[in-house]
Amino acid sequence: MNAFDGLSLGFSHALTLSNLGWALLGCFLGTAVGVLPGIGPALTIALLLPITFQVEATGAFILFCGIFYGAMYGGSTTSILLNTPGESGSIITALEGAKMARNGRAGPALATAAIGSFVAGTIGTLGISFLGPVVVEFALKLGPAEYFSLMVLCFVTVSAVLGGSALRGLTSLAFGLLLGLVGIDLQSGQPRMTFGIPELLDGVNVVLVAVALFAVGETLFLAWRHHDNQAVVRPVGSIMMSRDDWKRSWKPWLRGSFLGFPFGVMPAGGTEMPTMLSYYAERKLVAPEHVHEFGTTGAIEGVAGPEAANNAAAAGILVPMLTLGLPTSATAAIMLSAFQSYGINPGPMLFEQQSALVWTLIASLYVANIMLVVLNLPLVGLWARILKIPQPQLYAGILVFATIGTYGISNSVVDLVLLYSIGFVAMFMRRFDFPTAPVVIGMILGPMAEQAMRQALTISQGDWTAFVTRPGSAVLLGLAVLALVGPRVWGMVRRG
Amino acid sequence: MPEMHPPGIDRTDLKVGGFVLALGGLALWQAAEIPASPLYGQVGPKAVPYGVAAVLALLGAGLVVQALRGGWSHTLEEVREAPPTNWRALALLVAGLLANIVLIVPLGFCLAASVQFVLVAAAFGSRRLGRDAVLALVLTLTVWFGFVMLLGVNIGAGLLEGGILRLLGQELP
Repeated sequence: MNAFDGLSLGFSHALTLSNLGWALLGCFLGTAVGVLPGIGPALTIALLLPITFQVEATGAFILFCGIFYGAMYGGSTTSILLNTPGESGSIITALEGAKMARNGRAGPALATAAIGSFVAGTIGTLGISFLGPVVVEFALKLGPAEYFSLMVLCFVTVSAVLGGSALRGLTSLAFGLLLGLVGIDLQSGQPRMTFGIPELLDGVNVVLVAVALFAVGETLFLAWRHHDNQAVVRPVGSIMMSRDDWKRSWKPWLRGSFLGFPFGVMPAGGTEMPTMLSYYAERKLVAPEHVHEFGTTGAIEGVAGPEAANNAAAAGILVPMLTLGLPTSATAAIMLSAFQSYGINPGPMLFEQQSALVWTLIASLYVANIMLVVLNLPLVGLWARILKIPQPQLYAGILVFATIGTYGISNSVVDLVLLYSIGFVAMFMRRFDFPTAPVVIGMILGPMAEQAMRQALTISQGDWTAFVTRPGSAVLLGLAVLALVGPRVWGMVRRG
Repeated sequence: MPEMHPPGIDRTDLKVGGFVLALGGLALWQAAEIPASPLYGQVGPKAVPYGVAAVLALLGAGLVVQALRGGWSHTLEEVREAPPTNWRALALLVAGLLANIVLIVPLGFCLAASVQFVLVAAAFGSRRLGRDAVLALVLTLTVWFGFVMLLGVNIGAGLLEGGILRLLGQELP
């Protein structure tokens, strides 16, 4: 099915009342959790996974994608008004956005972030619609050996290339792979890594790990470093952008979008790098009379560009997720496990076997984008008020939901003990700068990689060289090695 | 990457490296415990666990070496500028988590989670415990009934939930 047929099919499903309702609910929830510090889209979707028992797949995924897009919009509000970015993608937005807010220009900063997000989200979604089928064509040619190598490349890029240190990133990844191994081996029926505890035979629940990492660990870390001072929430003021603001914003929006999307599509994922690059680009390209605003009173270009890059990259992440079944962010990994709980395997076959679902999902992304820009600009006062929820009750509430997300599913105290134990590990991971996303990605992608590896070895009759003699696989493994050692070799060369 | 190492060993970082190394060892032991499958010829269930365990142990060793050469914590801005450990907050929070584990089976979700809520709020500096308790009960009961009624998911009923259901003349689903 080509993109136009797909989209017309998708819109015919997406514009039904119930699906519009799911999109609206998702956008609303997503913006709220994006605004709230301490809760992100990955945690929210993990906590909402139980609805997969009751709601049909299309509705659930429209909801999840609404949350995913909404959280990107909400994140900028926190960065600008509170100067505490909730997630890595909006760190850069806080640089100029918070300075604009301090100088009474919070309104235009929020407006340029929202409209920039809309522009980028739309360009990104167009990218998904037209690039998706192309990637699927390519992906259908991959055998298990190539798939395994592709996953290895993905592992290396999400853990070793991004973040502070390859050693710590890979440690996080290995921890996730280890968690993914717990339970009964699907191919041989043998229990693995269970320490003889019967509750572990079913494996460690993904929701439990996500909640432990993103809710319990974060709360413990904040308590560890807690000191009583409330951050100042800046007033919003008028959100109208002047003629000059528009003139200074539209180019950064477009540049940010075209910079961000390819970064999202690449298996490295991540929103830090494109937002940072966009920031530096805008700083270089800004008109000379506005250069002095960077870092002093806050330059609108420094909000418009990175926010667009952030949203376009987020949209791009959906391309490998939907076409290859490769999650490159924690949120995408949780969405992948939602697909699995419906018995659907994301990957190239998804576009053929579930074409109505996929295209409805993509059409809903356009709908969500329009809803978000309409919802966000007039309601910005409401979102600013959410920021004033006092910390003690906010974190106490988050932990109540953490209990629901784990104990609620299994009614097992063992799960609660496991939740809090992994939460403590996560607290120390945060303190010692180990990234958490590779844990979730490793845990979900690990078993799939093992399966692909064993399939490939069955086909090659146990010949391990199949991974390097098949050209496609060899190229992918080569890229993985390059990504792992390249930066180090380059560093050594430069030092001479 | 040119990194400046201050002389000496970072003992806290060393503990982290040791922990990862020990985790790798634990995983190696568990990988060895997996019964070899007679059914499967090419790659059995043990290969990948051995591989992952070995990689984890190697990474642990790498972290130990890094810690012996000065560690990495001193390069983190967040650690250098961190306020001192808040033992009171941490203790109250942990007490909340333990209370939840101990109370959830005998008392049910709402009461256990409410005790946890009050302790966690106190950990983050709330001084109005009575108001927090009321807030917690309203929140937990709303959520509990929402999950039972809308999703059919039972989050551990206890004294309070059962009592309210009986008052409404309903049975637990």
